[in-house]
Amino acid sequence: MSIEGGRGKMASAVAPDFILDRCEAVPALVGRHDDFLIVSGLAGTSRDVAALTQDGAHTYTMAGAMGGACMIGLGLALARPDKRVLVVTGDGELLMNIGALATIAVVNPPNLAIVCVDNGHYGETGYQKSHTSLGVDLERIAAGSGIKATRTVATEGQLVDGARMLRESNGTAFVVLRVKPTDPPAFTRNMDPSACRYRFRTALLGQS
Amino acid sequence: MDERDDAPAKWQDELYDLLRRNNVTQFAYVPDAGHRILIDRSLADPQAHSIALTTEEEGVALLAAADLGGARGVLLMQSSGTGNCINMLSLIKGGRFPFLALVSMRGDFGEGNPWQFPMGQAVEPVLAAMGVICLRIERPEEVRPTVGAALTMVFQSGNAVAVLLTQKLLGAKQF
Repeated sequence: MSIEGGRGKMASAVAPDFILDRCEAVPALVGRHDDFLIVSGLAGTSRDVAALTQDGAHTYTMAGAMGGACMIGLGLALARPDKRVLVVTGDGELLMNIGALATIAVVNPPNLAIVCVDNGHYGETGYQKSHTSLGVDLERIAAGSGIKATRTVATEGQLVDGARMLRESNGTAFVVLRVKPTDPPAFTRNMDPSACRYRFRTALLGQS
Repeated sequence: MDERDDAPAKWQDELYDLLRRNNVTQFAYVPDAGHRILIDRSLADPQAHSIALTTEEEGVALLAAADLGGARGVLLMQSSGTGNCINMLSLIKGGRFPFLALVSMRGDFGEGNPWQFPMGQAVEPVLAAMGVICLRIERPEEVRPTVGAALTMVFQSGNAVAVLLTQKLLGAKQF
């Protein structure tokens, strides 16, 4: 699948309800990013987060270990109840370990929020359709797993409500941010997982 | 193990106390009879988090995050579960995260279920390939010193260690 020939045109042809542009919608939904410790999934969402935070030391952006982002969020939320933890991951990354939603719902830490940037495609590998383009509804899966605070944000008008849920929910929050299948921001980030661990721990704990 | 004497209960209780004395607070697990007492103790401990997983790889990611936040955890699983962890161990090896797992072995000494052998026999080479050091325990008196050594190797030296609780220690499940 090619994304040449106009992003908006292609998106509306593929899926009429995937209309937001991630480059604007992710920053609008997250808001003041340094209020959170942030974990991001693979390629697309890691670039969203790195561009938003300028590859900040309060982020751990992944580029492998697919399926781990939500559980990293849980571990951080339990280790640091004094901080608000935000997971920003994609539909493909989340689908790889969908059971994590059940695990998280059972624990239900109040300081954890998950954003799934759902473009219905595996963007990094050439925009093949993911399950969410084919009928799978991640918000309903999250709700069915037992997560009580869930939303789907698909229009600009829904961003404010979604943003509030990420910050104010008193249980784990799960927000599907539905966006068109276009590229994330171009941003070159540090992809050394060990250097990023050191950076994160030094900033948070004052030690390696 | 249920029909055996109470020796397993004694070493498992000591093991839980040892882990807690070393500030392990996150206990992640897919249930297994070999870890029953550790799981029950963690559920009853208000100072610990007891996290039931749907698949073992969730625990790998969880424990890396515990370290990012300055906490310590342990993954409790059966040998079959180690196979479910392999790609997620990329995070541990690439990030040089400390990682501690206690593995109750199947497909090993005296096993009566043929389905357990392929993964049981592959635990050590597969974990070694992903950079996880394996320490085997065969007798109750080895539990404390071996897990104590593992705690030092993991949380002081920053290694990934799996302690294998063998079927010589646990007893083979009867079929």
